[in-house]
Amino acid sequence: MNEMTKVETTLKDWETDQEVRWCPGCGDYAILKAVQRTMPQLGADPKNTVFISGIGCSSRFPYYMETYGFHTIHGRAPAFATGVKVANPDLDVWLVTGDGDGLSIGGNHLMHVLRRNVNMQIMLFNNEIYGLTKGQASPTSRIGTRSPSTPVGSYDRPINPCSFALGANARFVARGFDVSKKLPEVLTAAHKHQGAAFIEIFQNCIVYNKDVFDGFAAPKGAEEFQLWLEDGEPMLFAGGTKGIALDREALELKVVDVVDGDWEAAGVIVHNVTNRSIAHMLVELPFGEFPMALGVLYDDPRPTYEAAVAEERERATKGKDHDLAKLLGTGQTWQVD
Amino acid sequence: MATQTAENRPDLSTQDAITVRFAGDSGDGMQLTGGQFTLSTALAGNDLATFPDFPAEIRAPQGTLFGVSAFQINFGSRQISTAGDAPDVLVAMNPAALKTNLAALKPGGLIIADTGAFTKRNLEKAHYDSNPLEDGSLAQFDLLAFDISERTIEAVKPFGLGNKDALRSKNMWTLGLALWMFDRPREPIHDWLRAKFKNKPEIADANIAALDAGHAYGETAELAGPLKQVDMPPAPAEPGLYRTITGAEAVSLGLVAGAQLAELPMFFGGYPITPASAILHHLAKLKEFGVTTFQAEDEIAAICSAIGASYAGQLGVTSSSGPGIALKGEAMGLAIMVELPLVIVNSQRGGPSTGLPTKTEQSDLYQAVYGRNGDAPMPVIAARSPSDAFDVAIEACRIATQYMTPVMLLTDGYIANAAEPWLVPDPATFEPFPAQFLEQLPEGEPFLAYKRDEKGARPWVKPGTPGLMHRVGGIEKDELTGNISYEPANHQKMTDLRAAKVNGIDVPDQDVALGEDTGELVVVGWGSTYGPIRQAVTRWIAKGRKVSHVHVRNIWPLPGNLGELLGGFDKVLLPEMNTGQFKTVLRDQLLIDAESLTKTSGQPFYINELEAAIGERLS
Repeated sequence: MNEMTKVETTLKDWETDQEVRWCPGCGDYAILKAVQRTMPQLGADPKNTVFISGIGCSSRFPYYMETYGFHTIHGRAPAFATGVKVANPDLDVWLVTGDGDGLSIGGNHLMHVLRRNVNMQIMLFNNEIYGLTKGQASPTSRIGTRSPSTPVGSYDRPINPCSFALGANARFVARGFDVSKKLPEVLTAAHKHQGAAFIEIFQNCIVYNKDVFDGFAAPKGAEEFQLWLEDGEPMLFAGGTKGIALDREALELKVVDVVDGDWEAAGVIVHNVTNRSIAHMLVELPFGEFPMALGVLYDDPRPTYEAAVAEERERATKGKDHDLAKLLGTGQTWQVD
Repeated sequence: MATQTAENRPDLSTQDAITVRFAGDSGDGMQLTGGQFTLSTALAGNDLATFPDFPAEIRAPQGTLFGVSAFQINFGSRQISTAGDAPDVLVAMNPAALKTNLAALKPGGLIIADTGAFTKRNLEKAHYDSNPLEDGSLAQFDLLAFDISERTIEAVKPFGLGNKDALRSKNMWTLGLALWMFDRPREPIHDWLRAKFKNKPEIADANIAALDAGHAYGETAELAGPLKQVDMPPAPAEPGLYRTITGAEAVSLGLVAGAQLAELPMFFGGYPITPASAILHHLAKLKEFGVTTFQAEDEIAAICSAIGASYAGQLGVTSSSGPGIALKGEAMGLAIMVELPLVIVNSQRGGPSTGLPTKTEQSDLYQAVYGRNGDAPMPVIAARSPSDAFDVAIEACRIATQYMTPVMLLTDGYIANAAEPWLVPDPATFEPFPAQFLEQLPEGEPFLAYKRDEKGARPWVKPGTPGLMHRVGGIEKDELTGNISYEPANHQKMTDLRAAKVNGIDVPDQDVALGEDTGELVVVGWGSTYGPIRQAVTRWIAKGRKVSHVHVRNIWPLPGNLGELLGGFDKVLLPEMNTGQFKTVLRDQLLIDAESLTKTSGQPFYINELEAAIGERLS
């Protein structure tokens, strides 16, 4: 959004009177709390905030935020959000979608809202499954995922949401996960970014795809598999004992051991959020061999779509009046007496 | 030059209306020729109606039968309401144009043909075994055949163009001849050419030379005998300022006017589709009127972005043709559910599926009235002519904003492309209908997002309004708070309330377009069949029969008096360009014995066929 007047609120101000209807233990609860905790920190104004969603478990989100909210139709939330933002650029628009809503039925719209760079925060809750329709494989499900629609295991190859976003020319790409304490930080960075800010949030679907992110997101013992990226800081993980270096021959990233904290000697590279090539490598790191890259992976703003719309309007209307009578009588006319 | 005079040659100089059809290859510029001839005809004060008929392919292979592009104009010294049944004059720029259009020509009608294009190769492409200009097969027609190609090349020679470029001015040469035939001034066309080729003055000059040469040829030919200049006096018309207008222009201007009357900025979400794109193109040039145009990634995003803009407090508009409207169906349901204003323009074309993209049909009526999941009532209104589309577009904006509902406005390919003179209205005479936003609650009153006013409309609250934050969505809502509700009784009530709101729209009583309020037979029409029905009914009234014409604008809900009105006639005949869709609606809603007369050839009704059909039903 444009220049924002900071407003003082508390977490309570962002809660609605509606009963939250996610399954007990669902990762969505943690994300909701993280967002409600972040809003006061941003100084956000509930009356100028709009949450827009598609269809799916994640898309119930707007009902639980004491803001303006629009629960739309499956996959199309980016199109609604574009209309809202262009119609009123002063609104702070948050889009909530999931892996099925955003990358399957709505893949087209997600691609276009990113490449147009409409200023909003796009939270994609990735649980690698269709939850609300009872557990079918989704476009991010790993090969071999057993589900009612793939009884012997899925065989279509999954898409990587952050790769998709970068491919669609997103200027801000970040990752977090539901129970992470750092999620508000990531959301704050996304909010600060002027333009379409894409955040993949790994979310644990405890009913249909339980604990698939435990490798890096388990409540305990997974920290060493998290690579939290910070602009200007070396890419270190596992308590600073390991780092990410660039294999300059193969043009690939590699894991290196860091001895006695001397990361420079180990060749660990420093994260630069505007480096698009490294961002492409970071989002594609195969988990297991590498830690999970989290935090702000890429952040390099460009002019927003709604600003371009406003500029074009300015240019197109300059010196022109808007006299309807004159407009109706334009073209080649003749007078009958 | 081959000329012949038919024995049954009609005398054009005694007719009060003449129909001319320009036909040529799609690269020959026939639409441009027709458009400029239309303009000069309008400037001469004749009433007119046009019918552009062109292939779906942008540049179909040259000389082929399917690559023929035609433009028909009917003009006269009396009121004109159709593009004419059979042309009096056919201009055929090549053999394919002659072959595909000859059947339409009036017996004894005049053919003007370019012998330069009647080459062996072109004759073969048009599947002619021999040259029809020479083999006597056109004996029943007047024929004026000469080498327009060569004369054009000759005329533009001083401008140093190659033969290929020179031949592009053939249409202007032909237009020059047509201008001479009907005694039209050349100056407006000169001005138009100079403006069009502002940066290429040599092309402008070449075209002007070709135009003048065609005109001069007419004078010479008159001396030689085969051609006669026809004088068509102006048609009587209400005094005022006139312009020509196509349906696509009228819809665009009507939407701009409607948004102004509602005191709202307009957001137009569109996606390219024939024949609806012209509306997007017109509106994209009108930013100074508070219009934002958004070319979306697909039809669905086009409507969804428009609904998003309505949610944010603007007037959302989207436009498409049948296939695109099908894609928008789910989003229309959402607009009905969240009760936001939205105008959806459907410029109908031949269907199903891709169907006939450049041809006209009225076969999306079921889609408009019934084509959504669930009980999803939505008002539908239809324009009857290009100029009527202006008023109908304003009415669509009024209903949408006053009743908080999506509205579908139906036009068709014929209305979208056809032009007619339009008495430019004075905006000061329009009734404003300012949109109301809820900004503050009366002291002590709780906010209820679905509390309805006396019209059944819920309040429109712009995000950004303090204290009125609320959530809307496609899940069934509580009848007052708007919160999610799965209560059985609530869904029953909401279903009834949505239907009651639409049924309660203040639709004006149906009038009789022509004829008495009772009689032997009433011809009921909707949409672009207005012109031919009007003319056919006029003829029967002139013969002393009690035939009337009723033309329905409000398709859903229907005018309250329609059943009673139609009950005053012995018979009800309903011509429409589909397989009887409005007939089904009328039979269902009014329990009347409406008889269908259907046509799905991609062509409008002819007056003659309607006249005959009426005759068959009169005892």
